[in-house]
Amino acid sequence: MALDRDLVAGLLDRARRLGAGDADVIAVDGTSFSARVRLGEVDKLEQSHERRLGLRVIIDHRTAVSSTADLSPPSLERLVDETCARARLTAADPLAGLPARGTGVVSIPDLDLCDTAYGEPPAEEKIRLALAAEASALACDPRITNSEGAEFDHGLTEIVYADTNGVVGGYRSSSFSLSVVAIASRDGAMQRDYWYSSRRKFRLLDPPEVIGKIAAQRALARLGARKIATQEAPVVFDPQMAARLIGTLAGAVSGYALYKGASFLADALGQAIASPLITIIDDGTIPMGLGSKPFDGEGLPTRRTTVVDRGVLTSYLLDTYSAKKLGLSATGNAARGVGDTPSVSPTNLYLAAGPSSPQEIIASVPRGLYVTDLIGFGVNTVTGDYSQGASGVWIENGELAYPVEEITIAGNLKDIFRQIDMVGNDLEFRTRIAAPTLKVASMTIAGT
Amino acid sequence: MENVVTERAIAPQSFFQTRFGLSARDLESVMARALERRIDYADIYFEYEVSEGLSLEEGIVKTASRDITQGVGVRAVAGEKTGYAYSNDITIPQLEVAAKTARSIAANSSRSASVPIPRARRPERDLYPVDQPVIEAPLQARIDLLQEIDRVARAYDPRITKVMAGLSCESKVVLIATSDGALVGDVRPLARLNVTCIAEEGGNRQVGSFGGGGRIGFPFFFEQDRWRAYVHEAARRAILNLSARPAPAGTMTVVLGPGWPGILLHEAIGHGLEADFNRKGISAFSTLLGQRVASELCTIVDDGTIPHRRGSLNVDDEGTPTSRTVLIENGILTGYLQDKLNARLMGVPLTGNGRRESFAHSPMPRMTNTFMLPGRSTRDEIIGSVSRGLYAVTFGGGQVDITSGKFVFSASEAYLIEDGRITHPVKGATLIGNGPDVLRRVSMVGNDLELDAGVGTCGKEGQSVPVGVGLPTLKIDGLTVGGTQG
Repeated sequence: MALDRDLVAGLLDRARRLGAGDADVIAVDGTSFSARVRLGEVDKLEQSHERRLGLRVIIDHRTAVSSTADLSPPSLERLVDETCARARLTAADPLAGLPARGTGVVSIPDLDLCDTAYGEPPAEEKIRLALAAEASALACDPRITNSEGAEFDHGLTEIVYADTNGVVGGYRSSSFSLSVVAIASRDGAMQRDYWYSSRRKFRLLDPPEVIGKIAAQRALARLGARKIATQEAPVVFDPQMAARLIGTLAGAVSGYALYKGASFLADALGQAIASPLITIIDDGTIPMGLGSKPFDGEGLPTRRTTVVDRGVLTSYLLDTYSAKKLGLSATGNAARGVGDTPSVSPTNLYLAAGPSSPQEIIASVPRGLYVTDLIGFGVNTVTGDYSQGASGVWIENGELAYPVEEITIAGNLKDIFRQIDMVGNDLEFRTRIAAPTLKVASMTIAGT
Repeated sequence: MENVVTERAIAPQSFFQTRFGLSARDLESVMARALERRIDYADIYFEYEVSEGLSLEEGIVKTASRDITQGVGVRAVAGEKTGYAYSNDITIPQLEVAAKTARSIAANSSRSASVPIPRARRPERDLYPVDQPVIEAPLQARIDLLQEIDRVARAYDPRITKVMAGLSCESKVVLIATSDGALVGDVRPLARLNVTCIAEEGGNRQVGSFGGGGRIGFPFFFEQDRWRAYVHEAARRAILNLSARPAPAGTMTVVLGPGWPGILLHEAIGHGLEADFNRKGISAFSTLLGQRVASELCTIVDDGTIPHRRGSLNVDDEGTPTSRTVLIENGILTGYLQDKLNARLMGVPLTGNGRRESFAHSPMPRMTNTFMLPGRSTRDEIIGSVSRGLYAVTFGGGQVDITSGKFVFSASEAYLIEDGRITHPVKGATLIGNGPDVLRRVSMVGNDLELDAGVGTCGKEGQSVPVGVGLPTLKIDGLTVGGTQG
């Protein structure tokens, strides 16, 4: 255990003596290693160790938070005193407080988040993985002319939480990722794309050769991209971009956006907000999941929540405070920066797989867009207005015809989710937000 | 004790020596450890930062936060290779471990390109002297300001239903010891005040935001009633968007307003001119030095030396004094933004653009304050010359693909121009274009250069740094607008 639990208990006692009816402490201890190679040589090796402790105190419904990297006992005692003094200056908020006594996590479920088998292999072994991934991309095709490199990352994190209701718990998690950025060129024009694998367990990473090859194929597929005329057409989102679309929904069902009136889904609970083909689940308990955790940022057990059930909005994502504001119950979705009050974020959020293969979906489109990349920040959660820079492949008569770029796709999320008329069977958890291939019946595509 | 950070009379060097018990001799020995192998360059970067935040919503300041960050990063460079190790444990044994880790890249070194690194001088200037750093202003005074903002926003218009405001501030002390013999420190204040309003009318709900700040003191927000101007601007935007119609879609003439729309230069041009991308040959601008990349009306500079600006620095995060770098002069590409690694490998002078988010990151070339110099046209002449187009006054965020040059940004306040006149507001417009292409299409440059109000944060490879942008009114012939109305 990186952090002394007696020390944490001592801080909570001190806060209580200074008048804090409620207080909690969150502490994080993390180490990381990364190896980046480029064109067959080591480019950068990086190694780190960081620790940080955060404290929240609530005195007569008044809240203050602090965090520090200075963990010496005198400094921590000063931190408690200073935080309590600061809390007395903020406004009283009757709903501020810890989760109800007795609701916090009791026994910590083992979600298998830490790779205990990995050990401590030498740096050379990690460098070799990155070299193999990049070499595979460079060897894929003569038009792969350059590389931004390949990178292997490994991190180990331990989180400890304790509060004045007696909740105390900790867990360790590991992460591994291997990524490649390939650059293809033809006739003086360059295109870049990447591919990666990211896992809790080392042995589950995709082979480096596969990652490199896919990165190269994705960059090659962009060569010779054209612009297209402005028009209304069906848009097929590949699984990565479909996950991005689902991520925008997560922001709109966050309790904070809702009680602030800053969501286009305010007051939509129980209503049909999407096509009946759509079921969206948030599940923080999936073993080895990238978004899994045994308890959330305020010590509540995580769980499985159906957010959208066959098109009907069935649950928001809530922590204790935003749930109280809305007259609902927390869903175990408290996210917590070490020095912040709780906020809300999804754990593992996914759109349930449907019946269609990706090939069937593309084949159903006479003329339309297959989107493989989106850039920009054109999503307005308040209004649902959606307009993103896009690139991908144009579909003609049900077949992928030629790459397109420098276009935008636009609509309003209220309509976009209702207009999803095909859902793929290709759900795969590459990140903590996942979705299969999706088809939206019609969007505005802006080009020439 | 924490307030020692903002006492500018105390030099960063003695600050770190006193706080962590590190002598000059200790630094020399760590540096020697880092340099034991065939290393071209090494540096040690110390950082101590105190930051505070206040946020208001529903008419009250619900929470006050304070964060203390400390750490050290040791870097060793051999040829093109970088070794970096960091920790928030600032002790001699930890520094020795970090130095050994950083130099380990040299074991894998297959070539030796030992080029001397230009020596940085200690800057004699202070670009951000402040009488009362925001972080030293009484907490109650800061809370009172947010309460007053809430009152003024609600009084602006009964349709303003929600007000959110935030005041964040920090003071960062850095000390950089380099193997080329420099020991440079800096004390950097930074603050930002943001206001967001939500307006509602019938079932229509719209948002408007504004904010500003810089490396300034607390009185800055009260000079010229700045805080009130921020509130009015946020409220005005929210109300305006209630009557905005969906944006058009297609290619058309676009007029950018002055100030914050300079994010177009930042995304479309600036990132493509950072030296790392060009040295590696992966920028759309990689082969274009000395060539025409913009209309001759365009001259673009990056200037880290403007007093009190958010993107300004006395020295960059490698200890090099910042400077004013001309990137494009009358349409010709004249230079890149450099850090030490890339300047050495490319054999060119430093520009003072080696920046890092914190001790937990190694430096890379980054922008400071990037803007276009003013031209001759008035705003009215520019608008009057457009038969049908979009007038984009301000933007949300933007993003670029360095390699293909494609960029995107989203207008948060925009109008349709018809027959030389601004007609009605439009919402949801996204602009998409190509970096090397867009500035060739500039046909008029306004005489009204403005720098942004001081809220910009730029992200690159996972590192966020504060930046400034600026632009005069600019006319671009033929840019794709991504709205919903074909």
